[in-house]
Amino acid sequence: MSRTDAPALRKTALFDLHERQGARIVPFAGWAMPVQYRGIVEEHRAVRERAGVFDVSHMGRLFVVGDGAAQLLRRAVTYDVSSLAEGRGHYTLLCNERGGIIDDPYVYRLDGTRFLFVGNAANAAGDAARLRSLADAGADAELLDRQEQTVMLAVQGPAASGFLARAIGPEIAAMEKRACTELPFMRHKLFVSRTGYTGEDGFELVAAPDAGRAIWRQLVAEGVEPCGLGARDTLRLEAALPLWGNDIDESTDPYEAGLGWVVSLDDGADFAGRDALAAIKQHGAARKLVCLRAKDRGVVRDGYDVLDDGAVVGRVTSGGYSPTLGVSIALAYVPRGLAAEGRPLAADVRGRALAMVVVKRPFVRGGTGAATPAA
Amino acid sequence: MPSPVDRRYSKEHEWLKQEGDTAYIGITDYAQDQLGDVVYVDLPEAGKAITQFEKMGEIESVKAVSELYAPASGEVLMANEELAQKPELVNSDPHEAGWLLQIKLADPSQLETLLSAADYDAFTASEAKDAAIGP
Repeated sequence: MSRTDAPALRKTALFDLHERQGARIVPFAGWAMPVQYRGIVEEHRAVRERAGVFDVSHMGRLFVVGDGAAQLLRRAVTYDVSSLAEGRGHYTLLCNERGGIIDDPYVYRLDGTRFLFVGNAANAAGDAARLRSLADAGADAELLDRQEQTVMLAVQGPAASGFLARAIGPEIAAMEKRACTELPFMRHKLFVSRTGYTGEDGFELVAAPDAGRAIWRQLVAEGVEPCGLGARDTLRLEAALPLWGNDIDESTDPYEAGLGWVVSLDDGADFAGRDALAAIKQHGAARKLVCLRAKDRGVVRDGYDVLDDGAVVGRVTSGGYSPTLGVSIALAYVPRGLAAEGRPLAADVRGRALAMVVVKRPFVRGGTGAATPAA
Repeated sequence: MPSPVDRRYSKEHEWLKQEGDTAYIGITDYAQDQLGDVVYVDLPEAGKAITQFEKMGEIESVKAVSELYAPASGEVLMANEELAQKPELVNSDPHEAGWLLQIKLADPSQLETLLSAADYDAFTASEAKDAAIGP
């Protein structure tokens, strides 16, 4: 059967390794990505207990370089990235003029004039266009889109540091949380940051394809679990990390999403959405993104209604089963008055009211690793 | 791996193994593989009637929820109680320890409407091909 009507999916430079490993491949944001290898729960546990490696080459990777790079980025994102120390990264948001969230990139400062902007796959083209329009407006900065020329890996879990120190170099183990650096590896520069999307200690790497493939193969040969998007989602949900497109998007603002801590309003910078965000902050959010934990059997999934005394009061934006807790967990927007910890609510699981309770975020706190935060 | 020849199969991926006028029901290895990690199984209690090709329960995996359809009509004699504590048996041993229900068959001739192991394997092979991505 021909499928010529469907646009061709992009493949990462590791695609053949995934196929050889027996990965199940699914379309995701225009890419053919591994969703699982041995199984979501096994991969999830490996990351919580040891280490797992993810191909995240679908993520957008833009280097912003030049004397005006810090200023350009400051005008684009909500967090004051111009205040970042060299060798540090920070989570941030890209907002529209109404304060809605266009993307939630991580921005790393390599040195005085070089930054790396990592955004979601689905938004890579839009983010690049947005930054480019700021650059074209006279900023002294150049944009280098490196999504095609590089691969990106996430190596996550309490043992990630040891595995990477052996594969790449001992400097890795000494990095602080949210630190970033460049290391020589296989005649190329390798970008390494101590960041991730699992709630565990871990690292993200941006490498030339041959270097990335070599690292992947060595890690897997040494026993690091190859992990797919399935485990990436269950891990980030346990860590209560929002997923753009589910929990946050242009119809949600940072304050209701619990992301006010990445909006810098006090440095006088004029970034997109600033005025709207200042107003939202002043009025206070009418609803809140809360963590819900099921008290009984059943799995709450994306889009299910949240009930209070039988009345619909909100909607689940991410729901699933927590392998660590052995119950269903969910992120949902509910009115501010219902968002207090301990508040009993329910989810409409296909006609059955499943008892839930508002719990503290995150659902699961990662174990060991780089526990010492930057001083 | 070919499906066991000692039972019959539905296109909804349940198997049925006849033992006299009773039968055991479960989901196939192909189905558990598609579902991924099973976390809850909701089954009718003993004494309930189930009707061939109609919904008889639900199975929740980490990935998704799926409906279970009765491969034959009958009365539920027993649900596999071990699955409440160990739903992963459906994944690790779908044809034996991971069985779902034992029923009293209402009409054994209904089994003629189910697939043989060979026909079921041909059916899943064509389904898998349709689901494959890319050229």
